[in-house]
Amino acid sequence: MTENVSIVIVSHSDLVARGAADMARQMVGEAVVVVPCGGNKDGGLGTDVAAILEALKLAYCERGVLVLVDLGGAETNAEMAIEMLDRAHRSRVVICDGPIVEGAVMAAAEAAGGASLSKVKEAAEEYC
Amino acid sequence: MTSQPVPRGNVRPPAIGHPSEAGGSDRPPERSFDQATFCQMVESTCVAIDEAADYLSALDQAIGDGDHGSNMRRGFSAVHRNIGDISTMEFSEACSLIGSTLLMNVGGASGPLYGSLFMAFGNASARFTATPDPARPFPMRPFPGTTGAVAIMMRSGVEAVMARGRSDIGAKTMLDVLVPLMLALESDTLHSLENICLLVNTAADDTRNIVATKGRAAYLGMRSLGHIDPGAASAAIIVTAICQTFMEKT
Repeated sequence: MTENVSIVIVSHSDLVARGAADMARQMVGEAVVVVPCGGNKDGGLGTDVAAILEALKLAYCERGVLVLVDLGGAETNAEMAIEMLDRAHRSRVVICDGPIVEGAVMAAAEAAGGASLSKVKEAAEEYC
Repeated sequence: MTSQPVPRGNVRPPAIGHPSEAGGSDRPPERSFDQATFCQMVESTCVAIDEAADYLSALDQAIGDGDHGSNMRRGFSAVHRNIGDISTMEFSEACSLIGSTLLMNVGGASGPLYGSLFMAFGNASARFTATPDPARPFPMRPFPGTTGAVAIMMRSGVEAVMARGRSDIGAKTMLDVLVPLMLALESDTLHSLENICLLVNTAADDTRNIVATKGRAAYLGMRSLGHIDPGAASAAIIVTAICQTFMEKT
């Protein structure tokens, strides 16, 4: 099987991240790696650079990783985590501007068809 | 006191201290950020954030998600746990460690923002603490506590926060405290630690009059008026705690 673009979902809420990942997986099964990452270090609402970095490493593949984020802090922390990746991997991980639930579903559907990272990103951002 | 590089631009090098402390000499005494003083600064900053955590969260409950105090407390508790390591490091290394500790532990947007601020302090101060001879880098020199050196460090920190947050002054953020402080240091118009404290605390209070365009408070639009920005408040608390360490020593 050809490797497909992976998806990381960063939310302030662990439940939202896992729920959105479930909805994406319902569309594509195991064809796309979808990694949810939500909540702060104490298990409360928030985002955590270290956890995002782990999620990016878990999801990483040569085809690329699309990152969906909910609110401001999620985006700032995701940007920071991407900068902490190895230089070679950084350019293959992009944050998209799409809504977290609809974007994840659209992106997963697109990725499952073998689309490129830029096409997957476009699909997630179309739903605005 | 070790010699110091000539500060760039129009930044002049007199010390932070009040001119009256000069005691007849032409130049006021410089404040060296020696390791003991630096550790006291870190210690008092951690204590001040811990004591202010409930206040910061209350400010954040009014216009944000209410976790700024607990986030900052978590971050500075982690810094405090590292104080043993910090006490053995030279200034720029210690700033970088504080930055990376805050980055990994604060959470929320303020983690990367305060992390970037202190990591930039570390990078900017290395030019003062590195020895002139690259072949013999140790022992590093103490960071000179001159207004010029602090101003250079502050500009680097402010630029890092601006880039990380894609923000500027006037958006109701910590930059509304840090930018006025940086400009005052650069123009050397602050002649005492008391004036620095006054400036940052006034600047934090004045964020009441700003409509938020960055951060969670931006969702409230005009309703963010009348409230102090929690990030501006925490920045003022940190600067005040650092100044007070010096005031208690003199």
